[in-house]
Amino acid sequence: MIAFLLRRSVSLAVALVVASLVVFIVLQILPGDPALVILGPDAQPDTLAALRHQLGLDLPVWLRYLRWAGHLLTGDFGRSTAYDTSVASLILQRIGVTLPLAVMAMLLSTALAIPLGVWAASRRGAVDGGIMAVTQIGVAVPDFWLALLLVLAFAVHFAWFPAGGFPGWWHGAGASLKALVLPTIALAIPQAAILSRVTRGAVLDIGIREFLRTARAKGLSEGAILWRHAVPNALIPVITLMGLQFSFLLAGTIIIENVFALPGLGSLLFQAIGQRDLVLVQDLVLLFAAVVIVINFLVDLVNATIDPRLRSRDT
Amino acid sequence: MSRLRIFLGGGITAIVLLMAAVSFVWTPYAPTGIDILHRLAVPSAAHPFGTDPFGRDVLSMIMVGAQNSLAVSAVAVALGCAIGVPVGLIAAARQGWTEEVLMRGADLTFAFPALLTAVMLTALRGPGAYTAMIAIGVFTAPVLARVTLAAASVIWVQDFARAARALGRGKPAVTLVHVLPNITSVLIVQITIQLSLAVLAEAALSFVGLGAQPPAPSWGRMLNDAQTYIYTAPLLSVFPGFAIALAVLGLNMLGDGLRDVFDLKRRRRA
Repeated sequence: MIAFLLRRSVSLAVALVVASLVVFIVLQILPGDPALVILGPDAQPDTLAALRHQLGLDLPVWLRYLRWAGHLLTGDFGRSTAYDTSVASLILQRIGVTLPLAVMAMLLSTALAIPLGVWAASRRGAVDGGIMAVTQIGVAVPDFWLALLLVLAFAVHFAWFPAGGFPGWWHGAGASLKALVLPTIALAIPQAAILSRVTRGAVLDIGIREFLRTARAKGLSEGAILWRHAVPNALIPVITLMGLQFSFLLAGTIIIENVFALPGLGSLLFQAIGQRDLVLVQDLVLLFAAVVIVINFLVDLVNATIDPRLRSRDT
Repeated sequence: MSRLRIFLGGGITAIVLLMAAVSFVWTPYAPTGIDILHRLAVPSAAHPFGTDPFGRDVLSMIMVGAQNSLAVSAVAVALGCAIGVPVGLIAAARQGWTEEVLMRGADLTFAFPALLTAVMLTALRGPGAYTAMIAIGVFTAPVLARVTLAAASVIWVQDFARAARALGRGKPAVTLVHVLPNITSVLIVQITIQLSLAVLAEAALSFVGLGAQPPAPSWGRMLNDAQTYIYTAPLLSVFPGFAIALAVLGLNMLGDGLRDVFDLKRRRRA
């Protein structure tokens, strides 16, 4: 396990470095002159020169990358040119919306999908067919459209939940939580549809129907067999997919925050694009990518803990 | 069951394609025709889906929007194939370090969902349909690379591929003559599924303004514009979403059905 952990940690570090290089190359080297991108083509030469100096663009490229990466390691994300404040403080302000939203959506999606998938796999006929038909549609529904439909139903028509906005946790946790209910549902449902289909497939692959026949013959309760034997055996593909889904959820959060006017990282990202705040865009994109990479690393660890055979596989 | 799925999925996909095709030569109204007197009209015989805040006919906009959705998706998936399939084939043929490096690269690409790539490209040169095509294509490539590698690896250990190698055929020749033809069914299924995901991704990108730009109608942006009128004209938020869901559902069902017919699952287990 220790050798596995070491090998995985090295590839995690490599992945993070490569991801930071990709972001740096795309946003700092491809545009030629980032200062020109930020200020636009009509900028005065002396303003350009000042900004170049402020951004450290007069340094050689490799030194600029090392400075950026080195500062990131110490928690210094640089200064936003548009907000004229540290990027770290902007991220800290906004993460209190995005992180709870993504986590709650993940929890809701899992809580819906795993029982549904197991139930569908253990039954033939109408239950299985019904669940498969509903989830087939669920997969096709865009989360932002579902968000609009939820607003129409539960904010416009019934007025049970706010259509948008976020009071902030310090102004009242209850109201803040309430503001996140519709966004959470909108994010979770399409992901739950995918996850339940994969769960069903994984449970079927381990031969659940044969399991159950034997269990019934022995007089065991179906529930005990399902949850004690079938589900743990089917967990690996399900957990792997959940890791992947977290990256979709993060991307989804960026869009859903737009629908509900939530002041999270997603809306920050769009403001940063609008204001051509390259420093902020660069840090946020890397942050999202790094979260995905770290989550997948954790998924590998969890899977290796569940199934020791995965540790020896040479990857 | 799988025949029914192919029938339904193929039928829905055909309707969406037909809608896009017809919109080239005919739409009930000009999709950009502003008619301020009839703005925000509710559905009627004259305007089956109503009109938007500028009095444009929603049905006509949805029909023309299908062009954008399908074109961006098709180009994006083609781009993903052009990168992903060769990468997968090379990885399967060379194995060892080449495979390791290529597949680690594919893994890394997963850390950049289409939205993030689109954000970076937009920060550089502004939004547009091309940005969406590239961003979705980049995210499609690693999926196709993985699927190609998995399918091709199975072919490489078969007797006929080994025999060809033993007879002195080079790896590129075996790849083209034996491997590629034998994995087409896997690729067709995956391409269909990726097309459905691309339609979804394009809609999301144009919803947040990173896709096709006005005045070209796009389903995602129609939904974004509709948000402002959610209290006064709620139906505007409904119809374009149906179009997206229908297109995705059709392609998805078609892909699933084809997978069953080709019996890929059983072959993979064997």
